Amino acid sequence: MSDSVAAHAAEAHHAEPGFWRAYIFSTDHKRIAKQYLSLGLFWAIAGGLTAYMMRWQLAYPDTEVPGWGFIAPDFYNMLVTMHGTIMVFFVAMPILLAAFGNFLIPLMIGARDMAFPRLNMLSFWVFALASLILLTSLFVPGGAASAGWTGYPPLSAKPEYTGVTWGLNLWLLALALEFASFLMGGVNFLTTAINLRAPGMTFFRLPLVVWMELTAAVIFMLSVGPLIAGALMLLADRVLGTTFYLPEGGGEPLLWQHLFWFFGHPEVYVILLPGFGLILEIIPVFSRKPIFAYRPIIYSTIVAGALSFVVWAHHQFLSGMDPRLAMPFSITTIIISVPFALIVFAMIATLWRGSITFSTPMLFAMGTLSVFIFGGLTGIFNGSAPVDIYIHDTYFIVAHFHYTLFSAVFFAGFAGLTYWFPKMFGRMMNEQLGKLHFWLTFVFFNAVFIPMHVVGLGGMMRRISDPTQYEFLRPLQPLNQFITVAAILLLLSQLVFVVNFFWSLICGKVAERNPWQANTLEWSVPSPPPHENFHAVPVVYHGPYEYSSGDAVVDWLPQDHGAAPKAAARS
Amino acid sequence: METGAQTFSTEIPTGKIGVWWFLASEIPVFGGLIVSYVLLRLGGAGWSEASSHLNFTFALANTFVLLTSSLTMVLAFAEVEAERPRRVGNYLLLTILLGVLFLAVKGFEYAGEIAKGFTPGAGIFWSFYYGMTGLHALHVLAGIVVNLILYLQALSGALQRHSHRVELAGLYWHFVDVVWIFLFPLLYLT
Repeated sequence: MSDSVAAHAAEAHHAEPGFWRAYIFSTDHKRIAKQYLSLGLFWAIAGGLTAYMMRWQLAYPDTEVPGWGFIAPDFYNMLVTMHGTIMVFFVAMPILLAAFGNFLIPLMIGARDMAFPRLNMLSFWVFALASLILLTSLFVPGGAASAGWTGYPPLSAKPEYTGVTWGLNLWLLALALEFASFLMGGVNFLTTAINLRAPGMTFFRLPLVVWMELTAAVIFMLSVGPLIAGALMLLADRVLGTTFYLPEGGGEPLLWQHLFWFFGHPEVYVILLPGFGLILEIIPVFSRKPIFAYRPIIYSTIVAGALSFVVWAHHQFLSGMDPRLAMPFSITTIIISVPFALIVFAMIATLWRGSITFSTPMLFAMGTLSVFIFGGLTGIFNGSAPVDIYIHDTYFIVAHFHYTLFSAVFFAGFAGLTYWFPKMFGRMMNEQLGKLHFWLTFVFFNAVFIPMHVVGLGGMMRRISDPTQYEFLRPLQPLNQFITVAAILLLLSQLVFVVNFFWSLICGKVAERNPWQANTLEWSVPSPPPHENFHAVPVVYHGPYEYSSGDAVVDWLPQDHGAAPKAAARS
Repeated sequence: METGAQTFSTEIPTGKIGVWWFLASEIPVFGGLIVSYVLLRLGGAGWSEASSHLNFTFALANTFVLLTSSLTMVLAFAEVEAERPRRVGNYLLLTILLGVLFLAVKGFEYAGEIAKGFTPGAGIFWSFYYGMTGLHALHVLAGIVVNLILYLQALSGALQRHSHRVELAGLYWHFVDVVWIFLFPLLYLT
């Protein structure tokens, strides 16, 4: 394979690819990253619309949703299912893992492309096929999957129970293909980082985001297998008449929950770690300080990755599993907050006494940090079984995981997008619009999800379409309406980003190579980087976070500058 | 052009690293199935009785077929090392034929069981039996396709430039073989 990569590289050096090879069936990691990004942003809009429809129904039950119409209870079930599926698998994964991983890993390690460029293209097209199948599933007779994004059997195992036949089968197929796509992507990430690092780029000179993407890839690859098997088993139950999850045939519904969460909880870190990686790159640049505790952050990441395999049953305290399992899983869950606390403290210590610039990426990084700390703290509540028994399946849980995932996916995602936009597209984004977008998003996000904790503690259950049907929930209705108004404003605030994105793409100020004065290798090449990235493969002499070091004239030291800081500054 | 080519950070061929990571991700797929099977079986009744209806003789014969195919795969790799391309092709063909024989026997077994009324819906043991052996059979089929591509490349002479691919295909083929070594006692011997 090695010689074919080299041969391919040599051949691509000479001929610029034509339209189809350059834009559609591209093997260039940067193009593939943008393809993932576009598809992920498309799905983000779809996911946002499902949130809007659900929130309207919850605040004003059985009134017409403006722009849509009435929402029947079974359609509401579909919205709940699709919102979770879309946001986790079709927004978070393609943007944080695939788009940023693909764009950054080769550039940051000094490689010309991924180890297997054609496999990379295949991963994207399998993901596109999964997207197409999920989209199709919304329009088949009987409707789309409506058994929750977790698809618990027996509800999901027999078409009679939900009235959904092909919708759920296609949903399973879309998920299986998505997993296959990210498995191929994971193989590519890991092989690339192991074998294509530039001379001098040792593992302990890798930017932290590369470490985070790699750890996420390993966690994903080692946890998703049982669910791939599990999804095939569920499909077989529905189509072939097997009884894996059906008690009447000797099967066990709880088995699915274990297989699902054995993947489902590591998946949280598959999303969270790349999000953290993005802001770990941004914080030192805008604090003009080396990252605090570079190696301990890496060790914490690995420890967290390992622990993520033994926390899954905290989703199942009330599932009817053996209650003796509750205590061990509570303990591991609370322990996993230790490595994350270390990473968070390292970020705060990096900020300490830095000369901080509150640019748009930095604001979003700070937003990620503050919102995640809040969500991490409620996570400790949920993780202890005695508390969880009370708040399980209420909106408290919904509020908690939006605090952790919204911070990783959207705050960190926007931080990353605004930070690397100049490198990706060769133009700067508008700072004023960026700051406006941040403040609107930050204020309305909290306006949605802080009250949601209160609603949850008041006992409101997840996945109900009409809270006013329950006597004890009626006093919460004004709060529900407040949340809905804030949610609509949160969604509308994203239009600022859309305008900024497209306006900057066309008329933004042309970006120089290194607009943020950062050290990592991607800033040493033109914006956007050419095909094959580097004119000559760089040689790396330093770690990625040498800011404000000693007597330099400028306060940064790019990784590929060999000379002493002073000379480097003059060159 | 010297500075233009991609350099490599380790001595290990890139393709081999990729295949090993792929196999690492395959282990949990079968691992999840096997652990589910074992745990449910430990907690339930009637599994041994159902298992006694399996065709032990066929499965034993099939185990030998698959083990032999691993041998021929290794011999193909040995011929790559010895730089005898014609023999590489012959051993690949033998591996393919043994794989096909395995699937044919498996299909014969399935037909016999279904004729006796043991369909995938006949009970939890049968769900697992068809699920585990079916997923394994799909992996055998994929291995046959890979080996077939290599065999055609061997015939056209194209394999000589990519002879390391035989080793990579072999890694996968042995993995599929090892999976069967777990499935055979778990399903047939207990």
